[in-house]
Amino acid sequence: MTATVPPPPVLQPGGRVLTAASDTAVPGRRGWLRSRTVAAVLAAVTVVAYLVFRTDGAADSSDAAAFRFFDSVRDWVDANRDTSPVFLYGLNYVRLGVRLLVDGVHAALTGLGFAGLVAAVAAIGAVLAGWRTGLLALGGFLAFGVLGLWEQSVDTLVLTVSAVLLSVLIGVPLGILAARVRWVGATLRPVLDVMQIMPTFAYLAPMTLLFLIGEPAAVIATMIYAVPATIRITALGIGEVSPTAVEAATALGSTRWQLLSKVRLPMARTTIALAVNQTIMLALSMVVITALIDAPGLGQNIVSALQRVNVGAAFDAGLAIVILAVVLDRITTNAARRTRVHRTDQQRRWRWIGVGVALVAAVLISVIKVNPEDLPGYSFAAPVNDLVGWIELHWYDATEGLKNGISAGVLDPIETVLVTTPWWLFVAAVAAFGTLISGWRAAVIAAPAAAGIAGLGLWQHSMQTLATVLVAIVLTMALGVAIGVFCARHDRLAAGIRPLLDAAQTMPSFVYLLPAVALFGASRFTAIVAAVIFAVPPVVRLVERGLRDVPPTVVEAALSAGSTPRQLLWKVQLPMARGGLLLAANQGIVMVLAMVVVGGLVGAGALGYDVAAGFSQRELFGQGLAAGLAIVLLGIVLDRLTQGFHHSKGPRR
Amino acid sequence: MRTLRTAAAAALIVTLTACGGATSGAGEDEPSAGAKGTVNLAINPWVGYEANAAVIAYLLEKKMGYTVEKKELKEEIAWQGFETGEVDAIVENWGHPDLKKTYIEDKKVAVEVGPTGNQGVIGWYVPQWMVDKYPDITDWKSLNKYADLFKTSESKGKGQFLAGDPSFVTNDEALVTNLKLNYTVVYSGSEAAIIKAAQQASAQTKPLLFYFYEPQWLFAKEKYVRVKLPEYKEGCDADPKKVACDYPDYVLDKIASKKFADGNSTAYQLVKNFTWTNDDQNLVSDYLTNQGMSAEQAAEKWVNEHESTWKPWIPAGS
Repeated sequence: MTATVPPPPVLQPGGRVLTAASDTAVPGRRGWLRSRTVAAVLAAVTVVAYLVFRTDGAADSSDAAAFRFFDSVRDWVDANRDTSPVFLYGLNYVRLGVRLLVDGVHAALTGLGFAGLVAAVAAIGAVLAGWRTGLLALGGFLAFGVLGLWEQSVDTLVLTVSAVLLSVLIGVPLGILAARVRWVGATLRPVLDVMQIMPTFAYLAPMTLLFLIGEPAAVIATMIYAVPATIRITALGIGEVSPTAVEAATALGSTRWQLLSKVRLPMARTTIALAVNQTIMLALSMVVITALIDAPGLGQNIVSALQRVNVGAAFDAGLAIVILAVVLDRITTNAARRTRVHRTDQQRRWRWIGVGVALVAAVLISVIKVNPEDLPGYSFAAPVNDLVGWIELHWYDATEGLKNGISAGVLDPIETVLVTTPWWLFVAAVAAFGTLISGWRAAVIAAPAAAGIAGLGLWQHSMQTLATVLVAIVLTMALGVAIGVFCARHDRLAAGIRPLLDAAQTMPSFVYLLPAVALFGASRFTAIVAAVIFAVPPVVRLVERGLRDVPPTVVEAALSAGSTPRQLLWKVQLPMARGGLLLAANQGIVMVLAMVVVGGLVGAGALGYDVAAGFSQRELFGQGLAAGLAIVLLGIVLDRLTQGFHHSKGPRR
Repeated sequence: MRTLRTAAAAALIVTLTACGGATSGAGEDEPSAGAKGTVNLAINPWVGYEANAAVIAYLLEKKMGYTVEKKELKEEIAWQGFETGEVDAIVENWGHPDLKKTYIEDKKVAVEVGPTGNQGVIGWYVPQWMVDKYPDITDWKSLNKYADLFKTSESKGKGQFLAGDPSFVTNDEALVTNLKLNYTVVYSGSEAAIIKAAQQASAQTKPLLFYFYEPQWLFAKEKYVRVKLPEYKEGCDADPKKVACDYPDYVLDKIASKKFADGNSTAYQLVKNFTWTNDDQNLVSDYLTNQGMSAEQAAEKWVNEHESTWKPWIPAGS
């Protein structure tokens, strides 16, 4: 292929793409000193201003203008769903079309029958990604039958496949456009940012408003969640095609279409396969949540297990989701890896024969009628429930103390300060510190976002949520960096921990809520605990990679100069891995924010509860939607401040 | 079934394009009028409801030959399902005059199908051990005396009152204000969270004052005692901001979609005839939660043992 291999794109676990992490240029000593002085002055000014202007933190009104506006929108939609042309000729057709797609995929997958589908997936795995992956797929899909969750697993697969098909159909062309046409890329970027920051939970209410409940709404919500990854990674792949190859093809007289179809797309193939992989992973995590709007599948099992306070049953369903994720992930990543290998014609022919044989075999097997209920069944429900019951009974006093300590000692003071800060001071502080830390570009976006929160009439709740998020992110970073450092130093332990981290991240976030509630009661701290469990794995991974990317020569030099391991870590490795750490913090914040919202279901209150309540009570609809918007704005503020940090210090691409 | 639906939806798209636009209910399953089709039951998020649904579904499937689709939905969302045709019946409804007005009177997509026979009680509860230790705690007038017991990290220095799922009917904030109680309402956010809290309050003998309701399967396992609030009188809860009285008793009822009712199938008649007691429901709920049975097993056990109760529900000629 080409002589220079472009650096692999940095894929964040959330599917966000950043350009290859560039070493942050350390600013000159003097500039650093000056910005420190400015920061100190700013901090002092803010503190004084706070002390002078602090308010008594009045409670939010339940009747803000924004709420009434959203309520009136809802009423209009309700009244005009069957009369307005927007619905008659637009949205209702979208709904019908998606329903058609879902039914088609469903018919195709269930038509194969149990044996047929297992064989087909195993064959696809073997042909695309090698026989080991094929075996893994075989075992994984059989496991659904053993867990007694076959039908639900297939339903989840159907929704995921439908959403991924839509995402690829829409995302790949948009990604190509974004890479080729400058203004499209520029317009899309902020839109994609918002789509990715918006917590999954906040999607649901607007979705039911436009598309009612059921599979179509679920697929569309999933698509909105997953498609940014498709667009971003595709754009990245197309953008990275070596210009020499393009030039050579142009010189040979290729048309634009030929350039795209014969040069750019084939050369970006590997990256596009990665895009599909990320899309699948994201879609799978969202499909589970759409159970709340009547999507069938494993999500339903988890929701009903939650209602019966049955952690064990939720664990079974969660395990099935993890298995599905692992199978789909291995098939697509290994398939993507294989696209890099150059094949001779003969190998290619063999491959096609393999595909043919596998297809015929799958069709033949699908004739055999195997009832998945005949498989030996096993459920983890009882042992998991016993374990959880024991922990709940015996750990309660210790966890109670921890909760009270952190709530009273850390959370409450931060919350009080934030809530009593007048909104204009907060906006000014965001603008000032934003400019200082991340440059004026970030501040120009962050400050209006902060002002927008005030405009929504949910100031107090937003600040309470912010306090919870801040405490959660500090805990996440502390834990994540500690484990990440540990993993970077001990290869064998890292290999042991990795599958645990993978599983922890793929488990639907709902599953963590119950044990957290049992140990910590309904409280803000419960949401913090769940958020930390949810956000630590990607942070660990990013920190570990950051540390491992420190050039070995530097480490050796430090060692030969007589550094102790502690000095090596604090003076060499961590400072040099700063880029990776900041990336981890940024990613962690987005994930923590998403989870703190779900925490509204376990007593975290504030914005998360507003969203949950708006979703389940008619008269609170407007407030719920406004709270969803406030969360997005909060996310933008935090994201700009941290992501900007990373960018502003490094060379821009 | 599915392929039929696909074909039907495709045909619908074609025809609708010809004659102008698709309505929101287009492309959904036809209601199970006449022929033995599929009945879509909403499953609201509490176990008592599930018990009703389990028995109705079992009878429809095993005794009458229908197919039943169960949909796990919150109340509000389930009512929306009447409009789209995704839900045929809700088999335990707690009041909801606002929803009745919207969907029954205004939109005319749903109808009332009569009571389930269950009495619904909503109230404030404390665990049994607290009553043994502080006998006068069951009177609201002494709640302020014990407020300190209920302090938590969330209650801002006052006593904590733990409220339930956001979709439930509540007057708690108004009650705390109007009865001048030294308490903060903390929202647990879900039924699961409140049940866990109640279980822990019994297991760890920790104080807890919380919003709860009967029929509820938890009462089969642990004892909780209702705190007496000022007695409910007709109309005392008319203004939600000024409520200073206890919750009324609810007559729980069933709601069906207009299409389902108009079809007047034997399935609809069964839903209409269905009525049983709190004890019946608690028994099935107990099977479901404490004895680890699936909905089908629990319903089968109850149906086998209570033939005289359910026989009259089955419409003649089915």
